Amino acid sequence: MSDGLRLEQVKITRDGKPLLSIDTHVAPGEVLTVMGPSGVGKSTLLSAIIGTLSQEFALSGQIILNGRDLSGLPPDERCVGILFQDALLFPHLSVGANLAFGLAQGGTRAARRAKIDAGLAEVGLTGFASRDPATLSGGQRARVALMRMLLSEPHALLLDEPFSGLDAELRGQVRQLVFDHARARGLPVLLVTHDQADADAADGPVVTLK
Amino acid sequence: MAQTIRFPRLPLFPALTVLVLLGPVAAGLWGTVLPAFGHLPAAGQTGPSLDAFRALFDWPGIGPAVRLSVVTGLVAALLSLCITVLILAGWAGTRGFRVLERLLSPFLSVPHAAAAFGLAFLIAPSGWIARLFSPWLTGWDRPPDLLILNDPWGITLTLGMVMKEVPFLLLMSIAALGQIDGRRRLALSRSMGYGRIAAWVFAVFPAVYARIRLPVLVVQTWSMSVVDMAVILGPSTPPTLSVQIVRWMSDPDLAFRLQAAAAALVQLALVIGAVGVWFVGEKLVARLACMRIETGRRGHRDRPWRITGFAFGTVISASLLLGLLSLAVWSVAGFWSFPDLIPDHVTSRNWMRHRAGSLDALWETALIAGIAVAIGMILTIGCLETEHRRNLRLTQRGMWLIYLPLIVPQTAFLPGLQTLFLGFGLDMGRTPVVLVHLVFVLPYLRLSLEGPWKSWDVRQATVAAALGASEGRVLWRIRLPMLLAPLLTAMAVGIAVSVGQYLPTLLVGGGRVETLTTEAVALASGGDRRAIGVFGLMQTAAALLPFALALALPALIWRNRKGLLHV
Repeated sequence: MSDGLRLEQVKITRDGKPLLSIDTHVAPGEVLTVMGPSGVGKSTLLSAIIGTLSQEFALSGQIILNGRDLSGLPPDERCVGILFQDALLFPHLSVGANLAFGLAQGGTRAARRAKIDAGLAEVGLTGFASRDPATLSGGQRARVALMRMLLSEPHALLLDEPFSGLDAELRGQVRQLVFDHARARGLPVLLVTHDQADADAADGPVVTLK
Repeated sequence: MAQTIRFPRLPLFPALTVLVLLGPVAAGLWGTVLPAFGHLPAAGQTGPSLDAFRALFDWPGIGPAVRLSVVTGLVAALLSLCITVLILAGWAGTRGFRVLERLLSPFLSVPHAAAAFGLAFLIAPSGWIARLFSPWLTGWDRPPDLLILNDPWGITLTLGMVMKEVPFLLLMSIAALGQIDGRRRLALSRSMGYGRIAAWVFAVFPAVYARIRLPVLVVQTWSMSVVDMAVILGPSTPPTLSVQIVRWMSDPDLAFRLQAAAAALVQLALVIGAVGVWFVGEKLVARLACMRIETGRRGHRDRPWRITGFAFGTVISASLLLGLLSLAVWSVAGFWSFPDLIPDHVTSRNWMRHRAGSLDALWETALIAGIAVAIGMILTIGCLETEHRRNLRLTQRGMWLIYLPLIVPQTAFLPGLQTLFLGFGLDMGRTPVVLVHLVFVLPYLRLSLEGPWKSWDVRQATVAAALGASEGRVLWRIRLPMLLAPLLTAMAVGIAVSVGQYLPTLLVGGGRVETLTTEAVALASGGDRRAIGVFGLMQTAAALLPFALALALPALIWRNRKGLLHV
């Protein structure tokens, strides 16, 4: 059932004080942009959705992904992928192994290798499998991080200001790439940013937290 | 022309520190090599000859002693690391973990001897655990004839070492976790579907391990060569190689020193070999982990492992805590028959009986620790300030240098140091003991000050300089007062390290310097539990009280300066 991501009457309190509330629906292939000044709890909202909310916060309401209630599920059973501002490639693994880490389990060795190579080709990095992530440029790192997350076959994608570390020109390219891939896979996307250009490029509904 | 007073051209403090760190280790190794190859004029021997090694390998206990040292050491190190990883992988960042962290951190400074006695009092056939289940479950109405303590396989010794090493590795890892983005790495891996333990082990642990590699080596060489814990918990016929070295060193027949020196070199070779094996093991494990990552298996259903990790953490904290408690109970025990859980009556007689002896030992302990830590603090602050003024940074090689005295097994160079002192006709006593304690105190002072010193906001110095303050004034009036809390904590760490030193005090003091630790360990063979309780408890108090002061003093002195609390 492909219904997208629903946040129903979601309220987050910190030590008993209300922090934010949101009630919205992100359809498959749609990008919802959440904006607001820093400290308003944008990243906290993402933590709540992926299931890593720290204990001083309390969550009420329902988070429903494709008809499945995520509340109470551990992060690894939610099928919600996230990209942070830093690519967070694992420095101890090669580019290929980073992708292998993401790639959903199953398949023979050869089949897995083929999927990884195909993934690299898809983001224009053919032949990069054995490279050390530290030798990549910022744009290349962002693309590997995106592909690593997509290979884990998430049902929704969260973006935590993922473009703010890139320079202006690169930013547009990477942003387009991320949106295109998410749309092609019909993923509901929730983008957290404080950059109006990101919201414009997302071309979807915008929620501003206050 | 105005002359400004500059720091001396020669980096005085770093040079002195290197000398203090390396000098005794190098001299001690030299003093070991000579007699090992038959050169000991004091015993009327001039080398070179291989007689000492021949005698050593003719000793029937050599095989078992070597095996014991290697097996207990490696197993303890490996087990400690695995338990540490299991606890961190399952719990780091959770509320339960913070409870565990708070439980374990005070135990870090409990001296090894006291912890070992505590464990002994718990698991001995007449210990608290046996009493708890007797006679209603076990049917024992007197202590069973079981060889639990000093068992010939060294199992109890291994457990004792694990109990002390896990808190050390845990706290080192927690410090390392602060330097990497562990929380987000974990969140990212979990959002890709990895179970908590798999996510932590594959995505976070490699970065942590890179930062705790030296402490892990310290744990490894320490467990292969520890003496005080092995005397208390380890087997005795034959004992571990290190214990045997100390026995030979204290033999009145000087000829045994040649054999001891040869054994010390064997001990060094064993440790070097084991470190080599460990390095190969690291590569192998990394290889296996990469192969596992390639499969993309997610490692769900890790709940039993998480519970196991928590159980280990709880058992370790509980046995340390109950062990200390049993020391306390024994120290005030009157008549206490098996299987009663508590003594018939409580008495101050034990404390009265050991009053004079324990107070003398306390005074000696405090004096040695005080002088060693004072010199150590001057050197450490001198080094840090020199590095700050000259804009130097501690390299990886420098880090190895600081760790060196902790990595070279004590039994490899301390016997040599004693032999050298003897050879030069120098009097052994308090002064050399202080100098040797300094060797072991310095690394810990540096390690505990490094972080706070470096994270101090240097712009404060710039502001002060712009107001016309000299470098010295900035140091004394701004930096040191602001860093009061970490400075006191470092001193407390240093004192705890000095209080716990057994072998340096025994060997370099020529058996004439009696601290709480040497007195306590000496009681091990006698089995007077009340005396052990008194000395063990005083030893623990001597190590722990400075920490309480280090917490209380800044809170008192800066009670009206909110910005300086919780630094």
